[in-house]
Amino acid sequence: MKKRYDIPDIIIEIILGLLALVCFFPFYQTVIQSFGETAGMQTKIQLIPHTFNLSAYKYLISEGKAVRGLFVSLFVTCTGTFVNMFCTSAGAYALSKKQLPGRNFILNAIIFTMYFSGGLIPLFLTIQKLGLQNNLFVMILPVAVNTFYLILMKNYFGAIPASMEESAKMDGANDITILFRIILPISLPILAAIALFYAVDRWNEWWFGMLFLNDTKLYPLQLVLREAITNISMLFNNSSVGAEIASKTQEIYPDSIKSAIIVISAVPIMIVYPSLQKYFSKGIMMGSIKG
Amino acid sequence: MYMPDSKIKGRNTAAGVFNRYKYLYLLLIPLAVYYIIFCYLPMYGIVLAFKSFDYSKGIIGSPWNNFQNFRDVFSNPGFWTAFRNTMIISLGRLVIEFPIPIILALLFDEISKRKFSRVFQTIFTFPHFLSWIILSGIIITLLGNNGIVNQLLALCGLPKNSVLMNGKSFLGLLFVSNIWKEAGWSTIIYLAAISGINPELYEAADIDGADRFQKMCVITLPAIKNTVVILLLLAVGNMMNGGFDQIFNLYNPAVYSTSDILDTFVYRSAFTDATGFGFSTTVGFMKSIVNFILLFGADRIAKVLGNEGVF
Repeated sequence: MKKRYDIPDIIIEIILGLLALVCFFPFYQTVIQSFGETAGMQTKIQLIPHTFNLSAYKYLISEGKAVRGLFVSLFVTCTGTFVNMFCTSAGAYALSKKQLPGRNFILNAIIFTMYFSGGLIPLFLTIQKLGLQNNLFVMILPVAVNTFYLILMKNYFGAIPASMEESAKMDGANDITILFRIILPISLPILAAIALFYAVDRWNEWWFGMLFLNDTKLYPLQLVLREAITNISMLFNNSSVGAEIASKTQEIYPDSIKSAIIVISAVPIMIVYPSLQKYFSKGIMMGSIKG
Repeated sequence: MYMPDSKIKGRNTAAGVFNRYKYLYLLLIPLAVYYIIFCYLPMYGIVLAFKSFDYSKGIIGSPWNNFQNFRDVFSNPGFWTAFRNTMIISLGRLVIEFPIPIILALLFDEISKRKFSRVFQTIFTFPHFLSWIILSGIIITLLGNNGIVNQLLALCGLPKNSVLMNGKSFLGLLFVSNIWKEAGWSTIIYLAAISGINPELYEAADIDGADRFQKMCVITLPAIKNTVVILLLLAVGNMMNGGFDQIFNLYNPAVYSTSDILDTFVYRSAFTDATGFGFSTTVGFMKSIVNFILLFGADRIAKVLGNEGVF
């Protein structure tokens, strides 16, 4: 195929380049703003940073909420991903055995949940009955299995030749031993991909936390940020909550604090992003699986 | 299965079968517990749609109320607003958002040999992995009273705008911001389909003197047609979901009239306005039913068209 640059190529590159700039600009602006000036409510537009002020971050560290939220989020992400991977890989392996009696029934029952759900209130009452309020596991257990990822893993395990397991079977190994000794080690690429996608989901989890955590000390970073957004926008309406925050934040520009929390919440995603990128094609398959 | 199994005594009795597969069933336990507790038990809670929920009596003890919830829902103007908004927003997403990744994929394909291609893709895909809380935080800061948009407007001597407070412009913001978050990610599936095209087709077209636009129309577009159809059906099947995370984190009372969707209506009627759990369950139940019909229909159509189905 031709290699030389022609006019349409250049036009397309310019269009995509401009779109990329538009897409990237909000993030750039947020980072700049988090290092912004501490000039009360007003700030100058900074397209190119001319201050490097850490006071927003210093405030967040001294105030403690965001730091606590960071640790909660880290706990939920690590524990949650472990629970996700345990339930998903064990179940996917069992369901990958076509000869297992009852397999089709279970599979259909699982797929049915993608078509129909009880809705918010019945789920809310169920979780409440389990006594998970003000318990960090409320952000882990109700999302312990993602059906898309489960079926993807089931299909992957199902495609592994049975001969891989036969010698172990002859030696008298049971299915659990085979799963951990043979199947999981040869499936590392898919396990890594799904674990990463699960980890991103857990890091971004806020919904069940918002519904069931009344104690704001248990808030993950996402909810600390949500609180900051709603409260600081109240600041402009001169509400009492806003005034309280205004006095606490003293001279720091409130948008700088908000931006600083956004940056802290986005950094872990940026760290794993290069590894995520490796699994893009697998990840997108998760959105369009044929079971 | 390995042969010696056939020698095991009583292998065809229930106990024998269970014994043979007991470890696999053991591995299924976490999965079964999850789906029963968090998916099937709540389905039982749907009976609340037919009851007046009394907190002290629980789901079972609450009295039946002869479809009163349904009459309440149908006579509630907020419900109809939410229903209409859900349809409008979903249709808007189909018309405005759906074609963007296809166009992006075609553009990317044209410059796939250039070095910037990967950089652009990296930038476009990144927002997909951030939560709507983070993205709405960024959007609200940018468009807020002291945000850069309003400062630029002020610099030009223009009046401050309030995209977030105006119903119509808020709808536009919903579409644009969702394109920002998801278009790059959705492009990948089309690029995967394009990469599966046999290069000889393009070479043959080159020999016949086809230009790049002709090649796109005759080779690339037909090759991704199936993917487009499947994703379109999936989008239609999901029409009852207007995008809860996005709207919930961006909206405010000033734009309820155009952007309150069924999911946000259910949430507020249960937890903010305290209209009653029976009422909210009923709205959720009706949404689930329509959702089921749409998804099931989409799946059937996909199968009729010779695909493997949506799921």
